[in-house]
Amino acid sequence: MGRLRAVLGHTAVRRLGEALVTLVGVSLLTFVVLRVVPGDQITASYGIAAGELSPEQIASLREYYGIDQPWPVQYLGWLGGVVTGNLGVSTTSGLSVAALTAQALPNTVELAVLAILVGLALGVPGGMLAASRPGAARDGGTQVASLLSLSVPSFLLATAVATFLANQLGWYPNGEGYRTLAEDPWLNLQQMVLPAAVLGISIASPVLQTTRTAILGVRAEDFVRTAQAKGVPPGRLQVRHVLRNALIPVVTMTGLQFGFLLSGALVAEQIFAIPGIGRQTLLGLQQKEYAVVQSTVLVIAAMFVLVNLLTDVLYRVVDPRVRLR
Amino acid sequence: MTLRRSTAVLAAAAALALTACGGGGEEPAASPGEGTIVVGITADPTQMLPWTVTSKQAIQVLSQVYSTLLDTGESSEPVAGLADLPEVSDDGLTYTFTLSEGVTFTDGSTLDSEDVKYTFDTIMDPDSKASSASYFGSVKSVEAPDPRTVVVTLEHPDASFPSGLTGVNTGIVPSDADPATLEKTPLGSGPYAWEKRTPNQSITLARNDSYFKGTPGAAHLEFRVIPDEQSMVSALRTGSVNLTVFDNPVTAKTAGTGSVTSTPVDSLSYHVLQLRAASPVLSDVNSRLAIQCAVSRQDVVDSAALGAGEVTGPVTSPEYRSDPAAQPCPEQDLDRAREYLAKAGTPDGFTLKLMTSQGLYSTAVDEAQAIQAQLGKVGIDVQLESLDSGDYVDRWLAGDFEAAIALNGGSSDPNTMYARYFTSDGSFNTVAGYSSKSLDTLFAQGIATTDTDERAEVYSEISAELVDNAVWVWLFTPKLFVVHTSSMSGLEARTDGSYSELWKASLG
Repeated sequence: MGRLRAVLGHTAVRRLGEALVTLVGVSLLTFVVLRVVPGDQITASYGIAAGELSPEQIASLREYYGIDQPWPVQYLGWLGGVVTGNLGVSTTSGLSVAALTAQALPNTVELAVLAILVGLALGVPGGMLAASRPGAARDGGTQVASLLSLSVPSFLLATAVATFLANQLGWYPNGEGYRTLAEDPWLNLQQMVLPAAVLGISIASPVLQTTRTAILGVRAEDFVRTAQAKGVPPGRLQVRHVLRNALIPVVTMTGLQFGFLLSGALVAEQIFAIPGIGRQTLLGLQQKEYAVVQSTVLVIAAMFVLVNLLTDVLYRVVDPRVRLR
Repeated sequence: MTLRRSTAVLAAAAALALTACGGGGEEPAASPGEGTIVVGITADPTQMLPWTVTSKQAIQVLSQVYSTLLDTGESSEPVAGLADLPEVSDDGLTYTFTLSEGVTFTDGSTLDSEDVKYTFDTIMDPDSKASSASYFGSVKSVEAPDPRTVVVTLEHPDASFPSGLTGVNTGIVPSDADPATLEKTPLGSGPYAWEKRTPNQSITLARNDSYFKGTPGAAHLEFRVIPDEQSMVSALRTGSVNLTVFDNPVTAKTAGTGSVTSTPVDSLSYHVLQLRAASPVLSDVNSRLAIQCAVSRQDVVDSAALGAGEVTGPVTSPEYRSDPAAQPCPEQDLDRAREYLAKAGTPDGFTLKLMTSQGLYSTAVDEAQAIQAQLGKVGIDVQLESLDSGDYVDRWLAGDFEAAIALNGGSSDPNTMYARYFTSDGSFNTVAGYSSKSLDTLFAQGIATTDTDERAEVYSEISAELVDNAVWVWLFTPKLFVVHTSSMSGLEARTDGSYSELWKASLG
């Protein structure tokens, strides 16, 4: 037992180390890319009027935006802040990045959870249906549907659906001004319906494919035939024996998709005016607010790492074999 | 000192009297009502101190919160605002402004000449990083001899000075307010008072019942951020947004049916093919004239802007507008283009790099492609460089290009429009890539007198030199679209889609 714990501890330390290296790497990359791209916060906020600023004004602005220091000083200054819990300040809104993120993150998480639910609700039964008779019409049909949902760009689908509903039914809750789940649950859910559906549809396809492949793989295993021979009823066989074992790759796939969604479903947030983390990153980029982009990307990366760790834990719940390893 | 009213001032005053709806009047809005007018904006305003504003959204919001010393009339000319039009001394150096009586900030404190002096001094202080500092380039001092009088003394005569005082980036702030506080909670004397802001989502303003021009038409104004234009159209259709301004003619067209009205308005800004005479490939005037002759401006308007624009010459200021036909090739003339190419020693044409941007405004790339096709007809091989907006602005400011498609801001004053580009010490002269002794002299003459007719003559000479030398190829002034729901009434659509008269509008 002691040895097992030592191994587990060792693994945990290693995972933590890997996570830290990942985060530092991401932050360095973000930092450098931001500064290599042409333009800075002065030209971003003044546009061509920047050409009419005097050299003294420009110097004063560079100091104000904190871009007068050499790169290493800027980086370490920012990193020092992050370590002590200060993510920096957005000069355009006058709010701290931590405060902005605290407002934006719950909206993104909510949208991601809803989108995943839609994706699973469509993808898992779809995959089961397709796998129930491989090569039959129902298999081909679901394959075509899934291919279609993957091929239609989400921004196109989103805009088309929104325009149709607004014109035909006069229904477009996203024009009302965003309300959080706590402020106005009913309006919030209406505002989430369209983006969650659009994102969910694009997730459904990989979930469906994974489910189908996994079910077919598991069904060919010996223990299924054994169970069948023992006289396990078909329904129980499909759910307890086949689906349960087929779920592992589906969980992996879902975890990955969830991670991507948390990095901000930028297009959906932009089109449906959801003030989430993706829009925060985009606005930071447009305004060349280095601190906002660096810190938000770091938060996103940290979430990604966290979700991956949680996925690992989920494996252990779904699959006892992993628990033993 | 003898004081006289300038002719410009008289003309403006006459225009004001005729239309009877400029600034300064006391008439109340048609029906001051309840409710909230929701104004759609596509981005969160980024600057909140009036003297730093440059973004369209910040100008729209702050123009409801702050008042300016002067306002603009229907043809964008300066008219009375917080103050009457100034009395100008004979030597053109002293401007005396008299403030309206009893104007208060929305916190109840009185707006007096000290506040004006404080605002202008702050703008002129390099530390305040004011985008409006250039308007005060000729100002020597600002004095407040009594609570209602402001005296501005100039270093040299500058007839363009009053037009600078109409912009919201010269809006008057209280002299006892800390800029750091103002940045979070703007405080002015405009029709609506700051109420609250949710970053990236909305800004809400409340009616200022003691607004000095009358009672604003709605209880609240909400500026709501909807980043996607198509999404904005849906919001207008369902009535959750009441008003917005589109610059994209396609979007305006899809929006403007049924209960939603789209009103095209003129703009003082202008689309232009900037040529840099300073670059080797365009140093010969004949090469530039060949380009002018090969371009069909109307085709560019029709193909790139769906016809939503008017062919223009250099000056777009209503009182001084250039005749668009007064140039060597008013229409496309390929034979003359070839003649000019032969004179330039490049009868088979040459290669030209043309810079444009994808992110700055909707028609940029289409304009560049239309021009590429037109110039191709006479053998000028246009190589398009389609840049990210940050890259474009950087290279534009550095003058690092041969030719560029640009959308430049206009002004009611032609000196404000072009002195910065075409005088040899102008801040954008490197960008323009052209200067001459005669232009320097003409620009100096243009601000030395306040007589509109005399000035108009000077600017038509400037205009002539610019097009005769094909310094740039001026294309067209765009149309903007003021789009609103039928539930709004009393809205006066203004040039450039300005919300200066929005306070008169109400719901129902």
